[in-house]
Amino acid sequence: MKVIKAEQIHDAVVDLVLKAARYLPEDVKTAIRVARNTETSDSAKEILGQLLENADLAKESGLPLCQDTGLGVFYVEIGDEVQIEGNITEIINNAMIDGYQKGLLRKSSCHPLTRKNTMDNSPAVIHFTHVAGDKLTIKHMAKGGGSENMSRCTMLTPAQGWEGIKEFVVRRMAEAGPNPCPPTIVGVGIGGTFDLAPSLAKEALFRPLSAENPDPELAAMEKELLDEINQLGIGPMGLGGKTTCLGVKIAMHPCHIASLPLAVNVQCHSSRIKEVTL
Amino acid sequence: MPTYNMTAPLKDEDVAKLHVGDVVKLSGTIYTARDAAHKRLCDMLDNNEKLPFELKGAVIYYVGPSPAPEGRPIGSAGPTTSYRMDTYAPRLHSLGVKASVGKGKRSPEVRKALQEHTGVYFGATGGAGALLSQCITAAKVIAFDDLGPEAIRELTVENFPLLVVNDSHGGEQYAKPNFEF
Repeated sequence: MKVIKAEQIHDAVVDLVLKAARYLPEDVKTAIRVARNTETSDSAKEILGQLLENADLAKESGLPLCQDTGLGVFYVEIGDEVQIEGNITEIINNAMIDGYQKGLLRKSSCHPLTRKNTMDNSPAVIHFTHVAGDKLTIKHMAKGGGSENMSRCTMLTPAQGWEGIKEFVVRRMAEAGPNPCPPTIVGVGIGGTFDLAPSLAKEALFRPLSAENPDPELAAMEKELLDEINQLGIGPMGLGGKTTCLGVKIAMHPCHIASLPLAVNVQCHSSRIKEVTL
Repeated sequence: MPTYNMTAPLKDEDVAKLHVGDVVKLSGTIYTARDAAHKRLCDMLDNNEKLPFELKGAVIYYVGPSPAPEGRPIGSAGPTTSYRMDTYAPRLHSLGVKASVGKGKRSPEVRKALQEHTGVYFGATGGAGALLSQCITAAKVIAFDDLGPEAIRELTVENFPLLVVNDSHGGEQYAKPNFEF
């Protein structure tokens, strides 16, 4: 058994939280740069330029990229040969609180009905998976509310198939329009159960924009959806243009013979993700 | 596109000359308020209480900034999505608010209120919180401190770059998606 100390995990999570909030991933910056060069609309070029300037400024100043520094979401893969000294849920939650405090990040977590702010961004949203091996992988996403609110889950009938999936995803992005800070990155979860599909959609957003889906069938579906969403003409901030979406990421899982669960998790252009393997 | 330099609080004649697509470089005093603060403001109006700032001519910025680092007045401060404030906005416009700053679509009721009360809805670039914070030269909490990031702040802004998305003449700047609804 490999033993991993609580302190090591704590420090790694604080680092993830600070870096995700401040540094726009390089492949997202590249995608925005490419989009700016191919855009013909002046407002689209101007906005994409502002986003690149914002990313540089955040990196230099230490300010978060966006004032909505999100809820702390974590996908954790624990190897079966790993022994953790301490309770992993508590360690991650406390490290998330510490990171948000240290980084002067906004605390956005509140009671759903009274709306009373918990004032420390807790609790973290944590998904655990047990895997083979002696590694602990922690993926962190700082998930903003504006784009999250535009996400949807539905239960299609098997007969609706791929055409039904496309209709739902493209319609959702048309309805979302300027609200989720386009250009977006769209996570799509297909299959599983009612609860699994949204989790697949969110986890799919961790795959870098530059990494093509290893399944050629899914890669072709991602490209088709991306093209259709970009044909909507919504453009950066909804002001028109070719760049409504920077990438579509699909994750699929077998489902019940009666079902076709489908979820769309919308990510804004500011994709705050970071991961570590211990 | 036409660019205007304006100072908040705004007057009816300032707002009336604006049309969709115009750029405004706004200076002066504006107020932050988002979801929970809007609910409290309207509860105060229901109870005939005095509000924490003067509504007449006011510009409300829908923002919940991140905490200020030492030596800066404010942290990141980009706009939040506006439709969540649509429930409250028509009432505030009827009482003198001239403009709001946010991102995303407004309801037909808000667009109607802008026409009836000579109001304007400005868009700012969502997610560019670090960049936009550079236009904010002073910030202080004036109400609802317990709401944390949702507290009402008085901001001093200089040349804050805004785009007219909905004007007082019924116009809207957002692109209509190529989709059969």
